[in-house]
Amino acid sequence: MRDSSGATVTGMSAPAATATYLTGWGRTAPTAARLLRPGSYEQAVEAVRAAGADRARGGRGVIARGLGRAYGDAAQNAGGAVLDMTGLDRVHEIDAVNGVVTCDAGVSLHRLMEVLLPLGWFVPVTPGTRYVTVGGAIGADIHGKNHHVAGSFARHVRALELLTGDGETRLVTPEAEPELFRATAGGMGLTGVILAATVQLLPVETSLMSVDTERATDLDDLMARLSATDHRYRYSVAWIDLLARGAATGRAVLTRGDHAPLDALPARARATPLTFRPARLPAAPRFLPDGLLTPTTVGLFNELWYRKAPREQRGRLQKLSAFFHPLDAVPDWNRIYGRGGFVQYQFVVGHGQEETLRGIVTTLSRRGCPSFLAVLKQFGEGDPGWLSFPRPGWTLALDIPASMPGLGPLLDELDERVAAAGGRIYLAKDARLRPETLAPMYPRLPDFRALRERYDPGGVIASDLARRLGLQR
Amino acid sequence: MKDAFGAPQSLLILGGGSEIALATARRLVARRTRTVVLAGRPSPGLDAAAEQLRGLGAAVTTIGFDALDPASHEDVLGKVFAEGDIDTVLLAFGVLGDQARDEREPGAAVTVAATNYTGAVSAALVCGAALRRQGHGSLVVLSSVAGERARRSNFVYGSSKAGLDAFALGLGDALRPDGVHVLVVRPGFVRTRMTAGLAEPPFTTTPDAVARAIETGLRRRARLLWVPAPLRYVMSALRHLPHPLFRRLPV
Repeated sequence: MRDSSGATVTGMSAPAATATYLTGWGRTAPTAARLLRPGSYEQAVEAVRAAGADRARGGRGVIARGLGRAYGDAAQNAGGAVLDMTGLDRVHEIDAVNGVVTCDAGVSLHRLMEVLLPLGWFVPVTPGTRYVTVGGAIGADIHGKNHHVAGSFARHVRALELLTGDGETRLVTPEAEPELFRATAGGMGLTGVILAATVQLLPVETSLMSVDTERATDLDDLMARLSATDHRYRYSVAWIDLLARGAATGRAVLTRGDHAPLDALPARARATPLTFRPARLPAAPRFLPDGLLTPTTVGLFNELWYRKAPREQRGRLQKLSAFFHPLDAVPDWNRIYGRGGFVQYQFVVGHGQEETLRGIVTTLSRRGCPSFLAVLKQFGEGDPGWLSFPRPGWTLALDIPASMPGLGPLLDELDERVAAAGGRIYLAKDARLRPETLAPMYPRLPDFRALRERYDPGGVIASDLARRLGLQR
Repeated sequence: MKDAFGAPQSLLILGGGSEIALATARRLVARRTRTVVLAGRPSPGLDAAAEQLRGLGAAVTTIGFDALDPASHEDVLGKVFAEGDIDTVLLAFGVLGDQARDEREPGAAVTVAATNYTGAVSAALVCGAALRRQGHGSLVVLSSVAGERARRSNFVYGSSKAGLDAFALGLGDALRPDGVHVLVVRPGFVRTRMTAGLAEPPFTTTPDAVARAIETGLRRRARLLWVPAPLRYVMSALRHLPHPLFRRLPV
């Protein structure tokens, strides 16, 4: 995908090692690792080979890290090496006719949008933040508001270059290397370091979204609305008020929409339909105290948020960034949780398991979990990745301050309910799952382990998440 | 690995017969801990503790460990770390001694110092180096409020804990850049076998209360804790009390 002569001339920074504390976006469980920033494929290969030699002498291996948006310990490797992939940030080739891009794994979706939108193309799947890398998007097999129609990110990946633990670079396509591809999609970086990828894009006429908003008065109303009309929308998500109690339990605001066609724009906007200028507010201050987010403050926020949403509104034009990535406007927003950090809890349960979902929402509401970013969404068809998270059904994601009393046991209890209903927890969000609960959630885990054994017998690729969940020897 | 709440999956206890250690282990096993290594002098108490923790679902091994034989520490503890990561080390061994006897027999006093201070220094350094190689982990050191200002009634024990306390705080600063967290715990008078029969001063606490504080300290990555928490202010006042008054205090 990239000729070797081009590889060494840009983005140069010698991979200098520094012992650095790393955490995920939730800022819990920090560990120290040597952070290396390869500026070329050669440097990445060198780093993995060095980690391999080191591993044979009792070293602790290497893992790739993108923009650190996984909430837990996926991109940490205590005592070992972590490759900061953001130094590999070149877009190599854009096929503006067929909508295909080939780029380094360290390129962010934000960067892709800046480059691609003016050409009339959009990323096939975007999560709630643009600040994830392409490598991270594949490693976590991310999903977006369009999962019910488009599936997860890896479904749109035509090829990727994978640097495996033995120091070899392999071209992996879903057709030629189906097993390695399926293990890598959602494999949390544990099959190797993704160096580059080729991704199929989505054509758009404008950079605006046409959005329908409506309120749901409770959880049953919400699920009924999502079930009845999600198929009409490319993008669908519902913000849910987990602090509302009694009859209002699970009240929500649905925002669903699609890319606005050119003729939906006002006349003066039609001249520049593809501008991409996301709002950027000042960053959250570095030192915020713990305990800003309590059931009282969050309850107040949720009340306002619910009341501020229109009861029903159709076809409102909204900037793409405001629709997909409202939190990206505030850099380092994760600091509002203070030093103690926070955990994200995201699970999916299949259609027909609505009772489990209802039970969990009721429990969270009764326990007064101060969560202001809770979202419910319906997933479509499952994805090919062995450890890919999505499967058809309902997914609920919420954030909770890590200092909430009794949170650990509460989430363990929810895990049990999710597992009993045949559901699963999203590894990219996880910082606290038990290894014994993981196995029933991901039935392809034995295949994943076996493949890792095959491609990386020395266990060179290693992460804190892998150690915690027993994916690592 | 520890989870987002600082709960360890593997635990090494130095001084496996300690009641505070056992209470802490019980709490942690109830959360995430699956592997426990109890290090101590072989005794029925150590085996009983192992049995109890197995009953709670942990895989427990016991190893012979003698605080008074620092030359063996590297070897004995090295084997534990060679088996796999240890997320939390709890340094819980210590002896109270007998103040009157310790004053009469210097040899007895030296044993208190050698156990509580030099033995602990050696074990903490060995564990600290292993945790540093891991790039993560907590070392919890059981100090005592008795070390904050040595009193007439137990200054042999108090001085040994004062040394350990200062050492452990410094070690925490040394290990911090490499991902290792050191938590120094200063309990007040704890109701245990070791203190049975002694008169209970104010702010007497229990092994369970200390265990709870340790669990919280692990989550918050605290550097220093008093149990019960208000002792922090009591001790601060005592430290600043003019000496003629301090000497006359009844405790």
